[in-house]
Amino acid sequence: MTVAAEGPRRHVGGSRTRLGRLGREIELVPAPAAILPAAPAAIDRVPSAERREGPVSALLGTLADSLMGRLRRRVDPDFDRRYHAILKRLGPHGYDPFGFNLEYASYALVAAAWLYRRYFRCEVTGIERVPPGRAILAANHSGQIPIDGLMIGTAMLLDHDPPRLIRSMIEIWAATLPFAAKFFARCGQVVGLPENCRLLLDRDEVILVFPEGTRGITKTIDRAYRLEEFGQGFVRLALETGSPIVPVAVVGAEEQYPAVLNLASVARWIGAPAVPVTPLMALGPIGLLPLPTRYRIAFGEPIRLPGDADEDDEAVAEGVRVVRSAVQDLLNRTLAARKHVFW
Amino acid sequence: MTRHETVAGRQRPPPTGASRRGRAGRAAADPSAEPAVVVTGICGRLGRLLLRKLHREARVVGIDRRPFPDAPPDLVHYRIDLRRKACRDVFRRERIGAVVHLGVMHDPRLAPEVHHTWNIEAFSKVLDYIAAQGIPKLIVLSGAAVYGPRPQNPQFLSEQAPLLGAGRISELRDLVELDMLAQSFFWRAPACETVILRPCFVAGSVRNEIHSYFRLPVTPTLLGFDPMMQFVHEDDVVAVILRALGPGVRGIYNIAGPGVLPLSEAIRRVGRRSLPIPHFVARRVLDRLWRARLSDFPGREIDFLRFICMVDDSRARRELGYEPSRTIDDALAALRDGIDEAR
Repeated sequence: MTVAAEGPRRHVGGSRTRLGRLGREIELVPAPAAILPAAPAAIDRVPSAERREGPVSALLGTLADSLMGRLRRRVDPDFDRRYHAILKRLGPHGYDPFGFNLEYASYALVAAAWLYRRYFRCEVTGIERVPPGRAILAANHSGQIPIDGLMIGTAMLLDHDPPRLIRSMIEIWAATLPFAAKFFARCGQVVGLPENCRLLLDRDEVILVFPEGTRGITKTIDRAYRLEEFGQGFVRLALETGSPIVPVAVVGAEEQYPAVLNLASVARWIGAPAVPVTPLMALGPIGLLPLPTRYRIAFGEPIRLPGDADEDDEAVAEGVRVVRSAVQDLLNRTLAARKHVFW
Repeated sequence: MTRHETVAGRQRPPPTGASRRGRAGRAAADPSAEPAVVVTGICGRLGRLLLRKLHREARVVGIDRRPFPDAPPDLVHYRIDLRRKACRDVFRRERIGAVVHLGVMHDPRLAPEVHHTWNIEAFSKVLDYIAAQGIPKLIVLSGAAVYGPRPQNPQFLSEQAPLLGAGRISELRDLVELDMLAQSFFWRAPACETVILRPCFVAGSVRNEIHSYFRLPVTPTLLGFDPMMQFVHEDDVVAVILRALGPGVRGIYNIAGPGVLPLSEAIRRVGRRSLPIPHFVARRVLDRLWRARLSDFPGREIDFLRFICMVDDSRARRELGYEPSRTIDDALAALRDGIDEAR
């Protein structure tokens, strides 16, 4: 999706948020970076949460906490240290101004970490290239459901030092849905408006954009790894805020849902961006799970575009071309280095 | 936003027009006297708080339809309706250095047309007098609510954002129009330093919408929604008004509180019990309750519980040197005390 500086209805580089079983965990995450101190052994509940609980819910809470603690350590032994690094950056009540709450998000984070380490076994290169301070990650978008966004977010959290929470953007429409609105906000997603991007970049945060937008994520397997047209808003945003753009290539997501067909008319009818059909759907519900392909996420050298906020459209279009070819290049190289789709 | 006691609308203006307290005879009209600060709606809670701070520094003249039973002896209080001719005489007679307009009636129980006519008529009259007398300063207390809670809102609204509050919440029409009138006054009377203040929810003893909301026997929330909110302590609002009275200050200023909290946390801090209701039912239930006079919170204002309406006050911090002196916990504690006192 394009980063739209011109209209509030289009959303900024966000993953298309579908609210299906999988879509739920998807879009993680946000917030500030931190240098870590030595880590406490386990995670306690956020201190501000003095709840008035009955004995039953207190017991359930304790059980859930210890279970979560185990899960966290199993999924990633380093998880707690990283969790605390981020916790330190939040306000006294555990919330950041955008509604992110780590205690709430940690449940989704554990699921994301599991997907990242065990299911998609992500292989990350060049993550140290993400500069400290503000940055825009511009990635290719693929795979029918936006797991790519989730995996990039998890990579920045689990494999980047210091851990950084990145923000991606949701559609305005998601903010009107009960539960989803709250869930996304607590996981640090923000409504995809240029103003919000500017606010985040001014706070020196990292935002994730998918300049291809829906066109990218809904494409069928025959067009795999060929970038669609890029929107232009993100370049304008980078010029305005002086943010470097880091090209990111995600390889592996295209094959998780090998869509051979997109039922455009059905999609129009139900109001969805696409209705992909994969051969695996013949297997019934199990065929709806994404295939456990191996993800390879490559981060390129940050691009600092020359110019300022008043650059004309020509210069912005040139910037878009530069970023697009950098992403395509990174994509081609990562693809060439890949031996197999699944391992 | 500030609702001054509900009796306001129902009380008849006293037949004599002006009843004066304090200084005897026409002493106040002495042209050599220091210029006075006129505070309209001074009998409201915020008016009284302002008076407490202001009357040591400046001569204060109050205009309100309501009586001021325990007024300090140095206050000159005119118990008149702003729309009456007697009010014009006050402006002619007194030497006035500034006008603080707090006289905004917010009584949802009154017929909307009565309410609207009174607010707009009274304020237009005040503007006329200010222009005619060449009074150099006007401070209008608007509110952040004028922007309206909307899913399209950026996380923090700047002063340039359009005032869309009245679109869905008819109660806000008065405040929006008042704000607009004040804005046009910038052009009509360039010699007058007009200041429009748009504070977020004012917490404390003041009787306003959030006061009515938190005063409900159980606090309704919308299932699956938990928007972030800003609260500012009433003392901080008074402090901003005092700062805005300084020479050279003009313009529109958002006033945000010391931090943001999700609604659910705020409810917990005020010590209320929340009752989540699906949003499509809630409006009907609240409207029913309101019509049955069981609550003071009209169902139309429910969007505040669903979408964000937060402001960016960096301008006030930069230009007015505003810095909240109370934390958000103080503000909510003051709100709790205000509610306990009202019971």
